[in-house]
Amino acid sequence: MDIFFQQIINGLVQGSVYALVALGYTMVYGILGLINFAHGEVVMIGAMIALTALQALLAAAFAPVLAVLFSLMIAMAVCMALGYSIERIAYRPLRHAPRLAPLITAIGVSIVLQNLAMMIWGREYHSFTLPFTSTSHHLGGAVMNDVQIGIVIVALVIMAGLMWLVHHTRTGRAMRAVAENPAAATLMGVDINRVISVTFMLGSALAAIAGFMVSANYGIVHYYMGFMLGLKAFTAAVLGGIGNLRGAMLGGVLLGLIESLGAGYIGDLTGGFLGSHYQDVFAFFVLIAVLVFRPSGLLGEKLAERA
Amino acid sequence: MTKTPLLEVQDLKVSYGGIQALKGISLTIAQGELVTLIGSNGAGKTTTLKALAGLLHPASGKVDYQDKSLLHIPAHQRVANGISLVPEGRGIFARLTVEENLLMGAYVRSDKTETATDLERQYALFPRLAERRTQLAGTLSGGEQQMVAMARALMSHPTLLMLDEPSMGLAPLMVEKIFETIRDISAQGVTILLVEQNAKLALEAAQRGYVLESGAITLSGAASELLGSDAVQRAYLGA
Ligand SMILES: Nc1ncnc2c1ncn2[C@@H]1O[C@H](COP(=O)(O)OP(=O)(O)O)[C@@H](O)[C@H]1O
Ligand SMILES: [Mg+2]
Repeated sequence: MDIFFQQIINGLVQGSVYALVALGYTMVYGILGLINFAHGEVVMIGAMIALTALQALLAAAFAPVLAVLFSLMIAMAVCMALGYSIERIAYRPLRHAPRLAPLITAIGVSIVLQNLAMMIWGREYHSFTLPFTSTSHHLGGAVMNDVQIGIVIVALVIMAGLMWLVHHTRTGRAMRAVAENPAAATLMGVDINRVISVTFMLGSALAAIAGFMVSANYGIVHYYMGFMLGLKAFTAAVLGGIGNLRGAMLGGVLLGLIESLGAGYIGDLTGGFLGSHYQDVFAFFVLIAVLVFRPSGLLGEKLAERA
Repeated sequence: MTKTPLLEVQDLKVSYGGIQALKGISLTIAQGELVTLIGSNGAGKTTTLKALAGLLHPASGKVDYQDKSLLHIPAHQRVANGISLVPEGRGIFARLTVEENLLMGAYVRSDKTETATDLERQYALFPRLAERRTQLAGTLSGGEQQMVAMARALMSHPTLLMLDEPSMGLAPLMVEKIFETIRDISAQGVTILLVEQNAKLALEAAQRGYVLESGAITLSGAASELLGSDAVQRAYLGA
């Protein structure tokens, strides 16, 4: 029972991160019908920038809380600029190209960013430690620390804010209009290029926050961290129904839970044959199962609509 | 009666790949006029409106609006200049509510109180939409969707309103209602370019008309004259 409760907590924490990253995939897909496979690398760049900024700010004797806050803001700003540039440079010229072209380009961008990060930050693991102690709280037999509580709360606030933006502001309305019918949105006076840029920047800001969160939670950053995280968040987006914002959030949390419960019990299930380091397989079981049995995802509409 | 032309199109040519859909058409519309462009399926009516709205780029020709060339103004900026197109098939946002659709029409307008007044004005013009303001537009009937499309276009305060086959696919009673509304809008001083396959209705509503055939204008004149002409009678009115 204690393991169960603990894995639920771990799953919610990890799921919050997946949800934020999945939102980036799903927003871009909703508007462009493009799977931005470079999105995972944006998360990684966010983590790296946050690390560098945090170290620099602490070295400059900033108060710990301010250093954390500013480093997050710097990471968000850099990622927004990065997301904007990726769209402008790599995807926009291919707006009317066959769908395979931007997909291959996305993989190319991903490789470029990984190598760039490797050149700047090296191949080694860097430790990411917050400048304050994270107290552990005992809930029944399970443990949850301040960082984990922070992750869940911040993720909830961000997601609520995003939903408000999309459903109750002029820009959000324009985003939904462009997603549904770009030509008609143009006839309303919407500059769809601007809406697309805003979408990339929003998704990238969420990616930076997610990058900060995983780093703070695991205490480690690495130039390759975006790959698996991106793949899993993409899985979460597909699970929820790609293109659907609520689906991305639901898919993220569900995938986090499935993964951590799976990891918690895989030893028992296989009689000790497979250990918890096999947790990654669950995400891909989920991906395959969704693609086979419900390609439109849990909350998605028929895929044909956008194909 | 010399009215200043609001829109002047000269020798407009538009191609899709290698296929020339408009072979050099010319037309003028004066401020406040209701002009119709009629022609059979595939004549190039939609192509004309899309080129005027900026969704298609002409190969050559001149398009002057309020004495300034439109050719290098991107589509989304033409709305702010007062040019609004209700596209063929209506182009409503099915997953937005009726009210959100109308607010999209006011996207280029910044005055919030004015937008609220405009909303009420549209609801007065189309009481049916007022009842359905919180409903997703995709759940509406075809006629109601046409009302949404027209009300949405009016939300931008157009100087030139272009309508692409507003009667398409609608029941006769609804067609009548839509045409009644077009006359109302025209009476309020909005300049209208009406594209229709229903030549009789269009010519009865309009002051002047152009007949488009295979990408070229073959006839033009006062609507009443066109309505009486043998050529139009034979080709479009089944007489
Ligand atoms: N997207 C397109 N690609 C190629 N040809 C097109 C396209 N749209 C229209 N056409 C052609 O251009 C001509 C004019 O079409 P259109 O303007 O839609 O006519 P109308 O609105 O009068 O029915 C037709 O021959 C049509 O087949
Ligand atoms: Mg047409």
